[in-house]
Amino acid sequence: MQDTLTTKDIIKPENLVYSKTKLLTDTPLSYCPGCGHGTANRLVMEVIDEMGIQSQTIGIAPVGCSVLAYNFMNIDMIQAAHGRAPAVATAVKRVFPDKYVFTYQGDGDLAAIGTSETIHACNRGENITIVFINNGIYGMTGGQMAPTTLPNMKASTCPYGRDVEIMGHPLKITELVAQLPGTYYVTRQAVHTPAAVRKAKKAIRKAIENQKLKKGLSFVEIVSNCNSGWKMTPNDSNKWMEENMFPEYPMGDIKVPSEI
Amino acid sequence: MKELKLMKGNEAFAEGTIRAGADAYFGYPITPQSEVLEYLMTVRPYETTGMVVLQAESEIAAINMVYGGACCGKRVLTSSSSPGISLKQEGISYLAGAELPCVILNVVRGGPGLGTIQPSQSDYFQSVKGGGHGDYKCIVLAPSSVQEMYDFPKLGFELAFKYRNPVLILSDGIIGQMMEKVYLDESTPRWTEEEIIKNNSDWATTGKTSDRERNIITSLILEAAIQEKHVIKLYEKYKVIEDNEIRYEKFQCDDAEYLFVAYGSSARVCQKSVQLLREKGIKAGLLRPITLSPYPKKAIKDLSKQVKSIVVVEMSMGQMVEDVMLSVECKIPVNHFGRTGGVIPSPNEVADFMMKKIKGE
Repeated sequence: MQDTLTTKDIIKPENLVYSKTKLLTDTPLSYCPGCGHGTANRLVMEVIDEMGIQSQTIGIAPVGCSVLAYNFMNIDMIQAAHGRAPAVATAVKRVFPDKYVFTYQGDGDLAAIGTSETIHACNRGENITIVFINNGIYGMTGGQMAPTTLPNMKASTCPYGRDVEIMGHPLKITELVAQLPGTYYVTRQAVHTPAAVRKAKKAIRKAIENQKLKKGLSFVEIVSNCNSGWKMTPNDSNKWMEENMFPEYPMGDIKVPSEI
Repeated sequence: MKELKLMKGNEAFAEGTIRAGADAYFGYPITPQSEVLEYLMTVRPYETTGMVVLQAESEIAAINMVYGGACCGKRVLTSSSSPGISLKQEGISYLAGAELPCVILNVVRGGPGLGTIQPSQSDYFQSVKGGGHGDYKCIVLAPSSVQEMYDFPKLGFELAFKYRNPVLILSDGIIGQMMEKVYLDESTPRWTEEEIIKNNSDWATTGKTSDRERNIITSLILEAAIQEKHVIKLYEKYKVIEDNEIRYEKFQCDDAEYLFVAYGSSARVCQKSVQLLREKGIKAGLLRPITLSPYPKKAIKDLSKQVKSIVVVEMSMGQMVEDVMLSVECKIPVNHFGRTGGVIPSPNEVADFMMKKIKGE
């Protein structure tokens, strides 16, 4: 056919339906292809861009796969010690009460080494947002067992599967923090399908907007895949996540204030 | 007109932080320094100067709160005692690595382990030789009076921001707990938001505005060559600090033939020992390092050309004595007198020890 579209024909302003937010830098992401982290990073930055609060936002990413988030997020960023982001965020918010402060943490960081900081920041009702990526494994260090690793799930430090008799049970820390009077909004989301991405983005936006109300901490868990750590293709890992992670970590809001 | 008050060392420190224009204090209770947090919560500076005071869930959380506040270009501090300071060491290493200004008070108690709540000086190595992991140094100030407990928060913040480096105030259970008169000076106001941005927005996370690049606080440098360059830069800074910030006090050194070197509470004991020895016709003197890092090596080396021998007095099994030995380069005898585990040496036993050494016993 004569009127086949060329690339040149397609790249026109009127055809533009989506573009990368300017709050993501041009640095190539260090996350593995297929991993949900890249999408989650993007959603947080899109929300901050859409809210127009770049100059009022300070992000904190501690140790884990997201340790280099400051290379991707075009805002003032702090790299924190392993597990300590909620303590760091507490101080940032206390000395800058009118700024927007968020932490971006993995499951090993938030639910193992940083359990104390997580629980107490939630319990004090710090007016911050915690974005918690739960992929049931330590990704950056090469796939070790995490507090959120499922029963019988294999990891490099439980190569025969997590035996709950000797290794304990998966920690549902999101349900746990929802019990605390200091949390205002607690939800669990995913980013593996377009529909899930749209929902997760709404949740992140709500969690950051909540800071204006000064009514406590907003906590967004994102159940995600770790295709490298799980040793699966991205598609298989998303399928495995739906079949195995979602029953243990059910999707949806866990604590929603009536005012929202 | 300065205000004169009778205060405990820990209370004087707490009052000193408010009057130094501190923005935030994050602490956790531990004997013998809990009065710092108690005083601040009683005085409630958050209602007057706006200074944040928060009891953290642990020493680890407290030092990481200090890290967060310091990232924002604010004057922030914490205090603890020996076991708690051990817990803070990872955080202190991060603060030093990321070149963040802050003040940390250690009211030292005896150890190792849970040890005792009695005063000690056995955290010298931990304070001046690193403490946490990696190549770094803190600026270490050693108060020997309640007045200095009051004065050093202000001095600490000045040095911390001048060099963007953690400042450790190495006190002990005697100075923290004893009462002395203190002259309180006029308060330094807290920096306004505009001043914070003017003074610190070239590095601090104050929020990325369109007129500048984003500020990133991190101590993570994965490339070996760049990490080495960063550490060398830190050590160039430490050299500048050494050239400019060494502080010490000499007591009856002009005609001294025998010298005590002691800091903090031990220096107070040695002042009396000097007096006792002089009553017996022995020309004793005392050099009191005020900065333990950087260390007054040259001042001690210079005095080693004048005196016949040195006695280093510490409430430890001998830690600072190594720095005195390095300073005098084996030119004259250096002896150590130490009591430890919370035992405080008496001026008489210190004077007797010096006398024995003079007689060659």
